[in-house]
Order: sequence, then C-alpha cells, then structure tokens
Amino acid sequence: MPTVRFHLNGAETEIEADPDRSLLDILRGQIGMTGPHFGCGAGECGACNVIIGDHAVPACDTPLWSVAGKDVTTIEGLGTIERPHPLQRAFITEQALQCGYCVSGILMSAAALLKRNSSPTSREVKEALDRNLCRCGSHNRMVRAVLRAAEEMAAG
Amino acid sequence: MNQQAPDPSPPKLPVSLAANPRLSSWLKFSSDGQVAVSPGKVEIGQGIVTALAQIAADELDIDLSRVQMVRASTTASPNEGVTSGSLSIQQSGRALRHACAEVRRIFLQQAAERLGVGVDALDVEDGTISGPGNVRTSYWELADDVSLDRDATPGVTPKAVTSRTLAGHSVQRVDIPDKVLGRPRFIHDQALPGMLHGRVLRPEDARARLLELREDGARAVAGLVAIVRDGSFTGVVSETEPGAELAVQALRKGATWSDGDLLPDEGDLPSFLKSQPAESTIIDKKTATSPGAAARTIRRQYTRPYIAHASIAPSCAMAQWEGDRIHVWTHSQGVYLLRADLALVLKLPVENITVEHMEGAGCYGHNAADDVALDAVLLAKAAGGRPVRVQWSRQGEMSDAPFGAAMAIEIEADLDAQGEIVGWRHAIWSNGHAARPGRAAQPALLAGFELANPFPRMISTNPPQANGGGGDRNSIPLYDFPSWQIESHRLTTMPIRTSALRTLGAQGNVFAIESFIDELAAERGEDPVAFRLRHLRDERAKDVIRAAATRARWKPEKQPGIGHGIGFARYKNTGAYCAAIAEIESAEEISVRKLTLAVDVGETINPDGVINQIEGGAIQATSWVLKERVRFDHRRITSTNWTEYPILRFSEVPDVEVEIIQRPDIDPVGAGEAAHGPVTAAIANAVFDALGVRVRHLPVTRDSIIAAMELTS
Repeated sequence: MPTVRFHLNGAETEIEADPDRSLLDILRGQIGMTGPHFGCGAGECGACNVIIGDHAVPACDTPLWSVAGKDVTTIEGLGTIERPHPLQRAFITEQALQCGYCVSGILMSAAALLKRNSSPTSREVKEALDRNLCRCGSHNRMVRAVLRAAEEMAAG
Repeated sequence: MNQQAPDPSPPKLPVSLAANPRLSSWLKFSSDGQVAVSPGKVEIGQGIVTALAQIAADELDIDLSRVQMVRASTTASPNEGVTSGSLSIQQSGRALRHACAEVRRIFLQQAAERLGVGVDALDVEDGTISGPGNVRTSYWELADDVSLDRDATPGVTPKAVTSRTLAGHSVQRVDIPDKVLGRPRFIHDQALPGMLHGRVLRPEDARARLLELREDGARAVAGLVAIVRDGSFTGVVSETEPGAELAVQALRKGATWSDGDLLPDEGDLPSFLKSQPAESTIIDKKTATSPGAAARTIRRQYTRPYIAHASIAPSCAMAQWEGDRIHVWTHSQGVYLLRADLALVLKLPVENITVEHMEGAGCYGHNAADDVALDAVLLAKAAGGRPVRVQWSRQGEMSDAPFGAAMAIEIEADLDAQGEIVGWRHAIWSNGHAARPGRAAQPALLAGFELANPFPRMISTNPPQANGGGGDRNSIPLYDFPSWQIESHRLTTMPIRTSALRTLGAQGNVFAIESFIDELAAERGEDPVAFRLRHLRDERAKDVIRAAATRARWKPEKQPGIGHGIGFARYKNTGAYCAAIAEIESAEEISVRKLTLAVDVGETINPDGVINQIEGGAIQATSWVLKERVRFDHRRITSTNWTEYPILRFSEVPDVEVEIIQRPDIDPVGAGEAAHGPVTAAIANAVFDALGVRVRHLPVTRDSIIAAMELTS
C-alpha cells in the first residue's frame, strides 16, 4: 500500500491506504476521527466538511492522494472542551442547533469563512454556508452564532 | 335546593406514571451526589432531554448539573411508547414531575425520622435537607437507606408554579457541547469491540423481487465475511466499511430482479388518490339548530405531495447476537415498539431482545431508523457473535424509508345571501399516516416484507381523532361555523410506502382550511385577520392571532412584488396554538423573507427550547412549501439525492421571529409540530396577496404558480 503524508490538525500523519479512498473513509474508518459526519457521500450536504489549506471541502468527495503534503483540519482540531474555538462557544451561547448532525461540517465552513473574512455580513455568512444542509431549521441561529464569534474574535 | 355535591373524582397518576408506577424505574440516587433520571422518551434533536432534566431538578430542588439523563433502553427504562406527536412534555414531563415530587417527600420523611424533626420544618437546597437547630442531611447521605422500589401513589402535589426556579427559564441544552466539539455522540460514531460492517442491497424498482443472485463478484472483495440472503432480502457483512460498500456494489451487479410494482402518476396525484379503494369515515358532524339557507356553494381542491423525511444522516443501527439473544442499538423513536416488531420477525420472546437508544440525526417521524435495525439484526446472524453496524445509503434513505402521505383535500362552503358561511364540508383522500412498528400483530419493518416467508406489507392507518387523528388531523375547523361535515377516505392500497411524518395530516388540512378561509375573506373584502377573529370563540386562539398580527404590524402597506399572509391552527385541536404571518417576495421564484409567529404552549418549560422548535418547524415548513416533493416515475422513486430532492438552503431561509404567550398555570404541551400548518398557509396566502393567484397544490413553485394562473384565466 502506498503511504500518504499530510498534516492532520497540526500533527504529522502517515497513512498507508489506497490513495483513491475518500478522506472521510480514512478519517472515520482508519483513524477513528468521527467528528466529520457521513451524510450523502456525494459532496452535496457538507456534513463531512473539513478545512484543507484555507478552504472547507467535503471529505467524502476528496481522495486521499489529493491531500498529500497539505494541512487538514477537522472539527476535532478546531477546539477542545478546555479551549473551545470562539465559533464553538458561540454555537453553545446561541444554542445554534437542534439535532447537531450537520454542525461539525457547518463549523468548518464557518471557520474557513472567518479565516478569509474576519467581519462578514449576515449575507456573506449565509453564502459561505450555502453548500451545507441543515434539516432541523437552525439556520438563523447558526448565522447569529457565526456573527457573534466574528465579533468576539475581533474584540480579541 | 338540596343537591348533593358530586364526589370529587379520585386523584389519578399521570398516564406514563400509571403505566410505569415503579419509582425506581424513573429515578436513582447515588451517594456521590448524582441523580440518574430515566425517561422513556428519547432525544431526537428536539431538546427533550434537557426540558425533562429541568423538570426533575426543579421538583427535587437540586442543581441541574446533578441530573444524569439515562438513554432509553428496554432493560430498565419506563415504557413510554413512542417519542412522537409533540407529547413528550405532556406525558414524560408530567410523570417525572409527579414522581420527583413523591420521591422528594419520601426523602423528607426519612430525613425527619433521622433528624428527629417534623417533615414540614425541613427544607431542601441542592439536595441538602436542613431543619431547625442547624440539623442537616442530604439525598446523597440517605440514598442507600431510601428504597424507591415502590409504586407511585396518586394525590401528590407538585410544587406551585411560582416556586419553580428552573422550569420557565431558558437553560442550555445538555447535549450541545458534545455536538459542537465533534465528540462521538451519535450512533453513527460508535465503534463496538470487534465490530463488522454491513450493507443491504435493495431493488431500484418499487418492490421488485430478487430472482437470481451471483455472489462471485462480492466474494472477491477483500474483507468479506458473509453474504446474507433470505428471499429478496440480501446484504453483505465485511471487516471494514469500505469493504462492505465495495461488496454491495459487486452484489448489485450480480442481482437479477423481477419487474417492480406500477407506481401512480406523480403529475396527477388527486386523480390517483380519489380513484383508489378506500375506507371512508365521518370524522365529525355538526348540525345547526336553525340552518341558514345556502344561496351558493363554493368548492376548492387542495393537494400536497409525498414528502420525504430526508434526515441529514442516513439511518444506522448496530446489532449483536449472543446465542438466541440479540442486543440492538438504534435511533428509533420507540425502543419497546421496535422490540415488539423484532420479536415478531425473529419469532423470539421479547425477553431475548434488548433494544437500546442512541441519538441519530434529527428525526421528524417514522423514518428508516426501525428498518435499519432489523437489517442489522438479520445481517448480524452471519457474524458469529460479532456486532454488525449497518448504515443506509443516501439513496436508500430517500427512496426506501416511509414518506409523509400525499393528500387531496376538497372543501365546500355554503354561503347565505349575505355571504356568511352556513355550511362547511371537508373531505380528505390520503393513505393512512401511521404504520409504526410495535402496534399490530404484524411487523412494520421493511426487511420483514422481503423475506422468503414474507410478512404482508403493512397498509398505513390513521390514529383515532381522540389521539389527534392521522390524515384527518386538524381537519375539524376551530372556526365557529354553524354546521359541518368532515370525512376521511383512507386508501386501502399503498403503492408508495407512507407513515408518520411531522404533523401527519395537519399540514395539508391547515393549508386547505386556512387558504379557503382567506379566499372567503377576500371575496367579502374583509381583512383576513379580522375575518378569522370574527369566527373564533377561543380566546387563546384569538390571542396568538392578535399577537402575531401586532408584531408583524398587520397589515403592512402594499408594495409591488411583496405579499403578506396569515395562517393559524391549534395543533391537533388540543395542543399548541400557533399563528404565523409570512412576508414573501415574488421574483423569478417565490422567496419567503420573513415569518412572524406567536405561540401558546401553556406552561413553557424551556422558552428558548420552544422558540428553537417553532423556529425550526417554521423553516422546515418553508422548505416543504417551496421545494419539496418526492419524485417518481411509474417504476421507481427518482428523487434519491439532494439534487433531485432539494431542501431550503441558508441563502433562502427567512428571518423568523417567535413570540411566546406564557401561560404558567396551564399544563404544558409540545411545540415541535405547531408551526408547519400555519406557516404553509401563511406563505400560500402571501402569494395570493402579492400576485392575486391562489396556489392550491403544493409545493408553491414557479410552475405551480403558472399552472394556477392558467386555471384562473
């Protein structure tokens, strides 16, 4: 089996696997990192979004070979209970979910947005999250939470 | 007059507590300062577990952090049937409040004995019991001495509303931190030791039978453990998940299927629904004492399509056999009901089956959660005692799970010479809205219909009106018309599988009633809010309408391309009151810009939880109205992915404002299904306000508006 090397949540990672397998398979199945969720397997719902470089992408639609040498961040790398990311804190404050299955992917899309635009408008947040589906109808709370996190980050 | 006062009726236990009276099945205290609370209801994304924890903490006088909520399981949990129908607060909440009040009293009696003071002199603060002279003990100290292995007794008085400190306040949901940190909380994220992975192969054509199966392709896939086949049920078990995927793809290539059943014409659902054999029932009849003379009669027909649950996660389950005993992990809405159906299929006593709940993605009714549990059980038979995890595909989730039933609704109103409503007839043609597991002598699980010795396919039925009804839910008007007749025609054939989806028939019926009311008001030149208020007697109903109207500044000035509409209902006619006002914009497509809602659920346990449910319901309903429709040709379901079955996206979501009318003295009811009907009607009525066109067939799309315009011209 070929070996693929990349940075996963800041850590040097070496995976021996068929390089055509999806990154989501590798994360969930081989590494046991279950934050990114399987929703459709076709890159249509965003539940498995991770950040590669600066962009949020669906891990189900990303072959392993394509992340060689790159930085991959999953929800597990965004923050911890001790040091949550401002987005995670804001999602708790705003109670910005119902079932929460989509939320790990949504947080990654939002984190990627805040990296390139630290003070987005509500419209820009909605655009950035437009490829993420939420079935419970928590959209407005999530948008509020992202705006809150941006403010908090700006205030330092 | 010397009339004897009637005996006051003896106090009764809340329903769920009467069915599960043993106090220890609800509550367990431990000496380390924790209380385990075991409701029979389950978390399906609605925040119920937090609201129940609030009730328990409040009644016991302990901090919320001391409450450990236990997941429902058939090993120990009270049997509370199914988590559905917006009944969890009513059923589980009342039972828990009563049980906690009684347990608190039992502890106080024990403390009084130990401390040598009267019960009435004792106080509880965060579980510490104290009395005069600074004597003190606690639940935790007494935990080992107090036995809760006794039955609840009627007549316990829970705390007065005013002394509740948690209920009525928004608290943060207990499950949210895990979910935003990406911790493994969902069933999908669990890994049992030695776990294998299964996948099931199902035909694309509706109900096709498996004629022949070549296994060589699947056998060649690395990691394959077993191929299972029983009649038309077939699947694979593999060491790995990708292995299971590859093997089931190979198995698909080796499968030969019979022709499937013919599906109806999706483009003409009313003709299909009205031509099928049906069981007809008069749901309600009201006869005027002095009937007014009908000068004319207006008749309208409304339809709603089949709607998919379309959860973000495909359904998932795990199962493990040990001899003739089976352990199942599931996100089913009813662990005991699923167990009953598994027992029927497996021909095993229920004692041999343990069903344990784990959270899945948002659940809006009877989806594939139960089906996949049986799939896992059948595949695990070939796993030599190892646990097997089965997950459906997106395609399976969108085509094989039950749908919300399509409906055709006809309403006729008799108007007198002054144009007042003197007669009202409402008729519904629809499949039943419930085919849930665990309620019949035959199982309701998909694989059960596919076995070599198959069980008959269950035809959906409707719950009785006393339980809220099914296709007829919310079909009896709340308006004070002098006479009416409500009739339901439940189809006795079912080419497309239907079962309970959020609100059952209420969304369709409220859409029809509230659209028609709006039309009658418009015809008379009357304001739709005033017209509704004039026909309502119930003050709580009027209050939500007035509150929504005030908040939305009804009626905003007319602007080109913008429309406003209202919709109202009391869910099931016995639950939450909700009024919605929609502001829509008509451009290339219809977009909903804003929804303003007012809701009355009686006592509000967690106000933010109620707002979250109403807001979520309103947005989901907007998605149903603007986008959703299960697509099929005469052979198969074709809307099997998010492109073919689009739902509302972030950029399309309206602003939503929710106002709660607090009624702390009135028993609480659920909020999860109150918004769908009112929002649906409000949007349709706003489209009329903007365009002068009545869209009577959902979804409201460019095409349906054009079709409605052609009909009018």
